Amino acid sequence: MARLSRPLAGRGSPRPARTAVQFRRLAVDLVFYAVMTALALAFLAPLLWMVTASLKPEYLVLSVPPDFLPRHFEWANYAEVFNIIPVFLYNSFKLAFLTVGGVLFVNSLAAYAFARLDFPGRDLAFSVLLATLMVPGIVTLIPLYIIYKNIGWIDTHYPLWVPKVLHSVTACFLLRQFFKQIPQELEDAARIDGASTFQIYWRIMLPQVRPALAAVGIFAFLDSWNDLFGPLIFLNTLELQTLPVALKLFQGEFFSQVNVLMAGATVTIVPVLIIFFVAQKYFIQGITMTGIK
Amino acid sequence: MAVRARPLTLSSARLSAARRRWWRQAFEGWLFIAPVMIGVLAFYFVPIVVSLYVSLTNWDGLTTADWVGLRNYERLFTRDRYFRDSLRNTLFYVVGHIPLTIGLALILALLCNRKVRGVIWFRTAFFIPVITNVVAISLVWSFFFAPRSGTLNWFLSLFGIGGPSWLSNSQWAMPAVIIVSVWFGVGFPMIILLAGLQGIPEMYYDAAKIDGASAWARFRYVTLPLLTPALFFLSITQFISSFQVFGIIYVLTGGGPANATSVYIYYIYQNAFQNSRMGYASAMAWILFAVIATITFVQWKLQKRWVVYD
Repeated sequence: MARLSRPLAGRGSPRPARTAVQFRRLAVDLVFYAVMTALALAFLAPLLWMVTASLKPEYLVLSVPPDFLPRHFEWANYAEVFNIIPVFLYNSFKLAFLTVGGVLFVNSLAAYAFARLDFPGRDLAFSVLLATLMVPGIVTLIPLYIIYKNIGWIDTHYPLWVPKVLHSVTACFLLRQFFKQIPQELEDAARIDGASTFQIYWRIMLPQVRPALAAVGIFAFLDSWNDLFGPLIFLNTLELQTLPVALKLFQGEFFSQVNVLMAGATVTIVPVLIIFFVAQKYFIQGITMTGIK
Repeated sequence: MAVRARPLTLSSARLSAARRRWWRQAFEGWLFIAPVMIGVLAFYFVPIVVSLYVSLTNWDGLTTADWVGLRNYERLFTRDRYFRDSLRNTLFYVVGHIPLTIGLALILALLCNRKVRGVIWFRTAFFIPVITNVVAISLVWSFFFAPRSGTLNWFLSLFGIGGPSWLSNSQWAMPAVIIVSVWFGVGFPMIILLAGLQGIPEMYYDAAKIDGASAWARFRYVTLPLLTPALFFLSITQFISSFQVFGIIYVLTGGGPANATSVYIYYIYQNAFQNSRMGYASAMAWILFAVIATITFVQWKLQKRWVVYD
């Protein structure tokens, strides 16, 4: 009705009609932003609390009502954390880099072959690969523990990155989807120029799927950085432990103070946040690719 | 492939060239996928065979394994009270987690689908929990749930509600776990649903508006049916993942209090890696696989009833 009456009202008295519509629109927007801000605060509250707690002296941490703004910054908490964690931080970064590098190389190689090369057994091999997604990880975890024990991998870093590199089906699947979209002419031209298959993969095709590599790389980083079960089960020596798991294991011991524990938690989460904000676009794209296609 | 069919009528020189090419393609292809196929063999098929065998023994991971046949399975179903507890707790978790997560994800996706300025920042805020570390964030939440000094009960007290002593109360520990899991897990389905919403052509809504459909009718008869493929994907993946919840419980409650949050995977973890009952735990893992496979199969069969493919 409002829409129909607008041109008529526009001739006689344009002002009141337009402001009424504008006012309603403004009200809707205000409610929308208010609701969204409240929701966003609810989602960010634990993170805000973590960061502020990490910057408080201990006696103020568990104050009621909770105080989300620190009055003065207790950087000593971080100094204390960095007395303890460098070795764990190193372990976490080392494993993440090995995982990301390995996953990207091994799976892009296979994904390229599955998407672009023609060879006997290709489709069967790919179906076998996809079929392995059906069995939950816990089924293979116990026997893997036994196998690692027999080959001397328990209490080393190998079980935490080698299987992730060699058996990362979603990475392979996602990259294959991207490789499939590249026009055939590009490859043909390179082949006529006498390029070998590996050269085509490395020089021509790989640069074409950079966004997919970014997405898969972030997934692999998160998978490694946030892994809990692996480090918990396969490592015994504390010096080999990753940062998050060390945080839990030392909860009562080195991190007996809540503010220091929260500083440790902040250090655990910050690298992931940085990577997320740098490459958010690829990340979201990667999720929707796995979900929709 | 045409190259392979022709050689019979060709000269022997070209025949061997074609054959060489075929072999080269096969060799190259398999060389490229070799690492991945070795990975599947070593980290998947070999462990599965080992697991089947171990589940039929009483192996403790150290001494020799004795063959016990199906006794592990028999004992799980007939004599293990904690096994039944873990099943019940897992069911509680699944029934709480999945509808809340998907429901909230749908609401957030609809809100984030409004084309107004700054909406991308809200989307980011809802998504951030997904990438945070489960250990670090569960530690934070453990302080949120503190009965007196915790933020959650302070917030409830603003509305005159006296909050429970969440994590030390066997009735409220699982709801607390579910709250964290929804907070932690809603971002992923939200992104999937948002992509689904953005894929719905605008003309469907225009047509519905011309027909005089209300906002609710447009949601009910245009949006919802067209989202069913995404919802189907989510219901399958959410079932599979929520049956395997572990991290939040390991950090937040350790299965307690009074075993109230000891879910399936947690009980497997205790058996296998704390009590060294590898055989018993392997049997549990296989039962889990059977449950997940059955549910996935049933969902797959039921999809015709409710999923709309245009």
